[in-house]
Amino acid sequence: MIVAEQKPLAEIRALVGDAKRVLVVGCGTCVTVCFAGGAKEAGVLGSLLRMGAQLDGNVKDVSEVTVQRQCEREYLDGIREQVEQADAVLSLGCGIGVQAIAEQFPNAIVVPGLNTSFLGKPAAHGEWVERCAACGNCLLGVTGGICPIARCAKQLLNGPCGGSSKGKCEVGTGDSKPDCAWQLIYDKLKAQDRLHLITEVAPPKDWRTSRDGGPRRIVREDLKLPSTGGQK
Amino acid sequence: MNASNGTTSRLASILKHGHFAVTTELGPPKNADPEIVRAKARLLRGCADAVNITDNQTAIVRMSSIAAGVIARQEGLEPVIQMTCRDRNRLAMQSDLLGAYALGMRNVLCLSGDHQTFGNHPQAKNVHDIDSMQLVQMVVGLRDRGCFQCGEEIKGDNPRFFVGAAENPFGDPFDWRPYRLAKKAKAGADFIQTQLVFNVPRFREFMRRVVDLGVTEELSILAGVGPLKSPAAARYMRDQVPGMDVPDEIVERMEAAGRGIEDKKARTAAYRETGIQICVEMIGELREIKGVAGIHLMAIEWEDAVPIVTERAKLLPRPALEPETSACPPPH
Amino acid sequence: MTAIDAPVVDTAADGLNIVAFCCHYCAYAAADMAGSLRMQYPQSVKVVKLPCTGKLDVQLILDAFEHGADGVMIAGCMEGDCHYQQGNLNAKRRAAYSQDLLRSIGLEAERVRMFNMSSAMANRWAAAVTEMDETVQKLGPSPLRRGRKAAAEE
Repeated sequence: MIVAEQKPLAEIRALVGDAKRVLVVGCGTCVTVCFAGGAKEAGVLGSLLRMGAQLDGNVKDVSEVTVQRQCEREYLDGIREQVEQADAVLSLGCGIGVQAIAEQFPNAIVVPGLNTSFLGKPAAHGEWVERCAACGNCLLGVTGGICPIARCAKQLLNGPCGGSSKGKCEVGTGDSKPDCAWQLIYDKLKAQDRLHLITEVAPPKDWRTSRDGGPRRIVREDLKLPSTGGQK
Repeated sequence: MNASNGTTSRLASILKHGHFAVTTELGPPKNADPEIVRAKARLLRGCADAVNITDNQTAIVRMSSIAAGVIARQEGLEPVIQMTCRDRNRLAMQSDLLGAYALGMRNVLCLSGDHQTFGNHPQAKNVHDIDSMQLVQMVVGLRDRGCFQCGEEIKGDNPRFFVGAAENPFGDPFDWRPYRLAKKAKAGADFIQTQLVFNVPRFREFMRRVVDLGVTEELSILAGVGPLKSPAAARYMRDQVPGMDVPDEIVERMEAAGRGIEDKKARTAAYRETGIQICVEMIGELREIKGVAGIHLMAIEWEDAVPIVTERAKLLPRPALEPETSACPPPH
Repeated sequence: MTAIDAPVVDTAADGLNIVAFCCHYCAYAAADMAGSLRMQYPQSVKVVKLPCTGKLDVQLILDAFEHGADGVMIAGCMEGDCHYQQGNLNAKRRAAYSQDLLRSIGLEAERVRMFNMSSAMANRWAAAVTEMDETVQKLGPSPLRRGRKAAAEE
């Protein structure tokens, strides 16, 4: 899932600025599950914006609405009227959601309430960890199900480096020290008697499938619908 | 050992002729002053077969390894250029290597590089387009196949470096390290320099496994050694540096060296003397281990110690070689 | 979304408005007993009964302030004795979080406070209410009330 966290309130208030009518838009998918931008969070933020404005001697008309997923236009269609009535739209979606709203409502002033951080999973209630770097060419089959692109600080394909110590990466201190991905890979493959997967030198990665190749796009011809007035 | 496929590296020749090799390190300055490099080079001249020029070590910006290497060469040293994977992509690496070779560099050490959060520019984007093992493969490819990493043939002079890599015998996972070293041999590395060795028995065990795997028939291993400056330095390395194994006996020996000496200057001198002595003894022990082809002497910010250690360890003078096999111009 | 729409909080009143979220099993029972025993304590508190303080959402606390509360009390079972195992511990976390939220907009964190008591502790209830009333008296009416009054008068 996409993992995000709310921007500091001071930053959000600065982004909203003088806008009188503010629509806070929550998202019911990833950011709900990481407690950053769901309906509850939208409600709390709405209250804070109203009260904060009042304490400053201003009045802000802040309302909240949450859609199932901000990244799909059908769900955004339902909030068109509210968006058109607002002076500013504060999106609590991930970066994709913010942009989707901006694309669908070109006249709206849309600002982000979250910092979208990574693709990951909950490690425990209240803790999320990065697991995938969306490199576009998954190699988990040869690394025992542990990703060295996302989890190794140096993205080594022939790790570990000399800084791996007691199963931890050299980066970070104390609790924030990540596990050494290559220690995990070695342990897993050794336990499964599959070390042969890492005894040959892995060649340089083709980064074209990753963000380095430019903004990406996937098209499935078998799914594309005929356009109105088309041949089919 | 494919050491001398057209390289005119002195280090390659020394190893080829079966001499016990000595390499050391020169840290470039955090500024643009060539005199600093020249002064350090003059200190080290004659003490080693080749001198590593570090590359933004600990992710702190310093004069580039290649530039400092060229200056050092003018002073009669044979440089080993260091290149990390942290700061350059494969284009910049190959481009720099073409230039380095054109400027007379003949040895390259391929490293992953300390993470930039350790250094003075933690906000930087790190590169890691390829890793150190792939870098070894790439540099060997430039030499042996005359091709760039993309497969395109190099028309005209191709760089023919003597290629090195680093290994930490004390890093985790301990059991995997000899196999990882075997991978570096497969990638084509000619020589290896290890992290500082203080725990000789553990290093002996590491070397035994490495020799068993046949790795020492494919490349030359130079054991890392270094004089300790003080007990504080010893404790720091034991407790704060990941992957370093400094036995308590060594820390205690350093502490004992200063006991009973009131005068600070005299105490400092006593610590340094003991640090040097331990280093010299260690060199003696490491020479006896099967598979150790030389030493890599690291005297961090203490280049003065290099001539002292090499002299006492009876490593001087360095062997003379036929003039045409050496890439170094004669010192003027 | 406002979970408290009806005027639990009397914004026109000159006295203090303190909302007390009380759990059914302990705090409400203690309050009830205090009432039966004719104990004397400040009348600024309006009780809202919850099945458990674990039902408490941060939103409820913010709504109370938005609608003119000067203080919010949360009263639950003794730690370790929650009728629903850990409801009061969840409430404790949320109370602390709501204090951070209040600070972030410039309201005093002391306006929110949690108390623990068992159903027989009528005097504990009385003492808690007295303490809360004293704290809020010192802080004065919520700055939001002044704002609302001013806005209403415009």
